[in-house]
Amino acid sequence: MSPVNLIITLLLLSIVAHYLAHNRAEALARPLGGIRHLHSLPFYYGLRSALWCGLPALALLLLWMIFDDPLTRSLVLAGMPGDAVPESPAQRGLLLSTIVNVAEGALPPDGLSATVVEAAQRYQELRGLSTRIVSVAAFALALGGLAWGVRRISPQLRARQEVETVLRWLLLTSASIAIFTTLGILLSVLFESLRFFQSVPVTDFLFGLEWSPQMAIREGQVGSTGQFGAVPLFVGTLLISAIALLVAVPVGLMSAIYLGEYASPRVRNIAKPVLEILAGVPTVVYGFFAALTVAPFIRDLGMQLGLSVSSESALAAGLVMGVMIIPFVSSLTDDVITAVPRSLRDGSLAMGATRSETIKKVIMPAALPGIVGGVLLAASRAIGETMIVVMAAGLAANLTANPLETVTTITVQIVTLLVGDQEFDSPKTLAAFALGLMLFVTTLLLNVIALRVVKKYRERYD
Amino acid sequence: MTELAKNTPETIRASLARRHRAETRFRCYGIAAISFGMLAVVVLLADITIKGHGAFRQTYVQLEVHYDPELLDIDDARDPAALLRGNFQAVVRAALRDRLGQVSGRVEHRAQNALVSNGAAYDLRERMRENPDLLGARETLWLAADDDIDTWFKSRGGEAFTGRISDRQMEWMRALEADGDVALRFNADFFTRGDSREPEQAGIGGAIMGSLLTLVVTLALSFPIGVAAAIYLEEFAPQNRWTDFIEVNINNLAAVPSIIFGLLGLAVFINFFEVPRSAPVLGGLVLTLMTLPTIIISSRAAIKAVPPSIREAALGVGASKMQTVLGHVLPLAMPGMLTGAIIGMAQALGETAPLLMIGMVAFIVDVPTGFTEPATVLPVQIFLWADSPERAFVEKTSGAIMVLLTFLIFMNALAVLLRKRLERRW
Repeated sequence: MSPVNLIITLLLLSIVAHYLAHNRAEALARPLGGIRHLHSLPFYYGLRSALWCGLPALALLLLWMIFDDPLTRSLVLAGMPGDAVPESPAQRGLLLSTIVNVAEGALPPDGLSATVVEAAQRYQELRGLSTRIVSVAAFALALGGLAWGVRRISPQLRARQEVETVLRWLLLTSASIAIFTTLGILLSVLFESLRFFQSVPVTDFLFGLEWSPQMAIREGQVGSTGQFGAVPLFVGTLLISAIALLVAVPVGLMSAIYLGEYASPRVRNIAKPVLEILAGVPTVVYGFFAALTVAPFIRDLGMQLGLSVSSESALAAGLVMGVMIIPFVSSLTDDVITAVPRSLRDGSLAMGATRSETIKKVIMPAALPGIVGGVLLAASRAIGETMIVVMAAGLAANLTANPLETVTTITVQIVTLLVGDQEFDSPKTLAAFALGLMLFVTTLLLNVIALRVVKKYRERYD
Repeated sequence: MTELAKNTPETIRASLARRHRAETRFRCYGIAAISFGMLAVVVLLADITIKGHGAFRQTYVQLEVHYDPELLDIDDARDPAALLRGNFQAVVRAALRDRLGQVSGRVEHRAQNALVSNGAAYDLRERMRENPDLLGARETLWLAADDDIDTWFKSRGGEAFTGRISDRQMEWMRALEADGDVALRFNADFFTRGDSREPEQAGIGGAIMGSLLTLVVTLALSFPIGVAAAIYLEEFAPQNRWTDFIEVNINNLAAVPSIIFGLLGLAVFINFFEVPRSAPVLGGLVLTLMTLPTIIISSRAAIKAVPPSIREAALGVGASKMQTVLGHVLPLAMPGMLTGAIIGMAQALGETAPLLMIGMVAFIVDVPTGFTEPATVLPVQIFLWADSPERAFVEKTSGAIMVLLTFLIFMNALAVLLRKRLERRW
């Protein structure tokens, strides 16, 4: 039975369990003089049985879905004659995928060795067997749970408490998924990065000045040993992010101040939603805009001024990224400015300060930690932004601070290294995970610092 | 004292003028900043619209087609194998020749044949599959023009783009147009077809379907989990390290670059759990993890907004904590949660980077119909087309962007409406 059908059957069984238990609870209560003599409402007896019926079987099914495939594969490999199994893990993986493809009919078996065809048959048999076993086991568990759940019902059974405990655990599990996600991210990038650092020393990666991640396809190939010095990427990322922040911070800050302190309600009601459109536009749209409109415009402008501008200049990507971050900066600034107590403002105005003096000398100093936090968050967003740079920035890893030249960034390299087919063990793909680790750590640090600064500041006025 | 003594009315007046100038200047900076932002919005939207509005219309050429059994080499139009073998390309060519006259030389032949999209042959085959009686009949049809012709025809108003078509082709098109046999018509194929290497046959139907399937998975997973997490954190969580840790994690995940979630999907879901590559179910899983923080944060805000008096009243009449939360707090917080979910879905709909990592960039012609079939999504389709060298794809890309933005505007408007209609203020 396919997993989907199995799940549907289990759900139906749970409904049956609910119904049976509900009826049984009512039947038990009738001679006693009504359901008020039961510990819990009949509904909870029903729910309790349904949970007993469904949850263990579903848990089993989940475990099976996770471990079934690796287990079958290793069994198939173990069943093959020793000399047919290659030593290296990569070749073993290749052999396995051939076997699986043959078994699933995606690959015609003709022309392959008899052992492979045999193994494919064995794979198919094992899969069928394990599906049958798990179907029967899940059914047995569900029926057992149902029988147990229904039979245990008595007027004294604390059904509601039991159900609520289970629900509480489910809620806690849902809340903990955030932790598992972080853990998953950390482990996946960390493991692959460690494997990468086995072939390329950490110092070479962090301080190397040359980036050309081409690995030799065959041995002894000329000029393709692969250089994994990530400094040009860091510099490129910083350059583009700096341009973006140069655009976004002044514009975002000033527009938040103007909308908050000067603008009439009418202007505010129009300008605020219009600026928020910028936050809702998908990044791929900005990328398209940067690559097809802004970059040629800047190139032409540069040509008229007699400058040579690359058609994938850092300036174009940075400018558009800055536009993207404007609403982010402005809404964060808005938050911290409105959090400054009214009394400070009134005090300053009462002393005869003009509005701009009040803003510059009273509100800004008071709001500064919050604004710094906002800028840090914006920086983390600029560093992690992918689509704009993938589409508008280049691939060439130039070590330069000239915004008119092409630079590449961490995210661009991650995408180019990982998009398309690739074997999973080469340093080239593993390098992407090392870059991902750098990106994760950097943005995590920025976020933690920013959130802490913002939080600390908020507490001061609450 | 000396400082004060200097403040004569004259110096004050002078400094006042200076201060007022500074005030005006500051105000101008503000206006400049707002104008820059507004200008960016206008330029962005105008640029996309100008480039993309043409994608919804396509140049069609009216031709009389003769389903000549000999040319087609089909005896029985009810035989699917014969239909597949049938040379419909020749029928289209014959129709062009009949209409425009015989030409000599390979170059001219090729130029004439290139007027009409080579997808026209497939369309004719489909027509015959539906109506086998067409064999031997004649009918007048509007056939899609080739993308180069289409680009030229649409751009004639201004600076005509003639880079890829010959003078002879222009002559033919002018002749056809003079007879009213060329027209721009609504391009329905754009919305129903999958991807194609030929711009005039490429559509966003497959990508829209892929986006839909992916979003269904995302919503089905992220909404229940997000709401459950929010309920736990707001109503049940004890103040301890574990809950603090959960909170820190959620806040951080909300700011983790989306591409990192793609790496997670690649390393964990594809390599460890062996979820099929490029499938909507995989995209949905990755986007779930990405949108969860958004949904949790907005759901918590919605729960917080429910006044304590509701809880106290329920507890007061003897409801348990769980009954209070599920029966009273949750229904009242639901509109706010739904709003958050819609905004989270809008975010997921526009997301591209993590999906590039998990193989949803494949070139997929068929419109996906299931959760485990290879699919692509709308933003990724935009990314793919933006990379294509054909000029006609610029128009298609902008058109797809317009469709994507329309969906996003619709979703955000729905969220605003929901908030206004259903949200209660206490």
